[in-house]
Amino acid sequence: MLAAFAVLLLFQCLGEGVVFVLHLPLPGPVAGMLLLMVALIVFPKLQALVEQAANALLAHLSLLFVPAGVGIVAAAASGSGHWLAIVASVIVITLLALAVTGLLLRGMKNAPEKDGDA
Amino acid sequence: MPDFTELSRFWVYLAASPLLGLTMTLCAYLAAQRICALFRGAPLANPVAIAIALVVGVLSVSGMSYERYFAGAQFVHFLLGPATVALAVPLVRQLPRLRQHWLPLTAALLAGSVTAIVSVVVVAHLLGATPTLLATLAPKSVTSPIAMAVAERLGGIPALTAAMVIGTGIFGAVFSTWLFQLLRVRSHAARGFAMGLAAHGIGTARAFQLSAEMGAFAGLAMGLNGALTALLAPWLVPLVMGWMG
Repeated sequence: MLAAFAVLLLFQCLGEGVVFVLHLPLPGPVAGMLLLMVALIVFPKLQALVEQAANALLAHLSLLFVPAGVGIVAAAASGSGHWLAIVASVIVITLLALAVTGLLLRGMKNAPEKDGDA
Repeated sequence: MPDFTELSRFWVYLAASPLLGLTMTLCAYLAAQRICALFRGAPLANPVAIAIALVVGVLSVSGMSYERYFAGAQFVHFLLGPATVALAVPLVRQLPRLRQHWLPLTAALLAGSVTAIVSVVVVAHLLGATPTLLATLAPKSVTSPIAMAVAERLGGIPALTAAMVIGTGIFGAVFSTWLFQLLRVRSHAARGFAMGLAAHGIGTARAFQLSAEMGAFAGLAMGLNGALTALLAPWLVPLVMGWMG
């Protein structure tokens, strides 16, 4: 568990480093995720080491958004104006983006059999 | 009779240490999970939204400042970084399916990303939003560090963008199941990919509650859409704003 956490932090550091050196428009942890993905493909044994800690963290991903969410609600309560435009665009655009992406992938469940026939 | 001055002195002492903020965060989340379990199956019962509401309620009643609260809550907040890195683990397990479906996934990523950016500019403009507000709203479907950087580059207000990002995430997590049922999108891979793309980390957290496969595709879409929006938005938003006059 401890070794797994060290690996995750190590890859976060690597991600931050790569982003800083190459001036990438990405947050360090996202770059770290991509680097860990490559590492897991190259060294499959790493999977068993990090698996448990990764699953434990991801099972409670919702919890990790609470502190930032509280800060934003507290800040937004003091703001004002244009609430109709803001709320309406959040609703319309989120539904639209979900629908477009979901519909384009609607055939995915049956795809393996089709690919097998081809 | 209880000694209230002693009690308030104890509260001041406790509120000054990081202990209280951390305890509040964990307890609020556990309570939110209980509440969600009571409304089993109801997508409106979102644990992030309920936990945030509980903490905000306690802060406003007790008069504790957000800075004080965050001194404790930052330990939870910090774990977002390693958790994002950890998304690689479920993703690698889905690798054979990614190879098989790279074409529809790429098409869906491009279409979803462009839809999110362009439609926000069009809708907000029609509702009379100022250019500053447009720039603030445009990147709101992606994870907050990227969204805030993009908003800043476009001349928006990064703090307000962060609020929109959380709002979008909660809204997407709450309404996605209903929308997918309506549109008959059934595969967990497709649902997850759409949730990660449109509702970033909070959508991904919701997807992981439903299945590991859905979570893996959500995490992938979140990362890819974050990168794509960072590349596309800085020239796509001024372009669309130019067309609209």
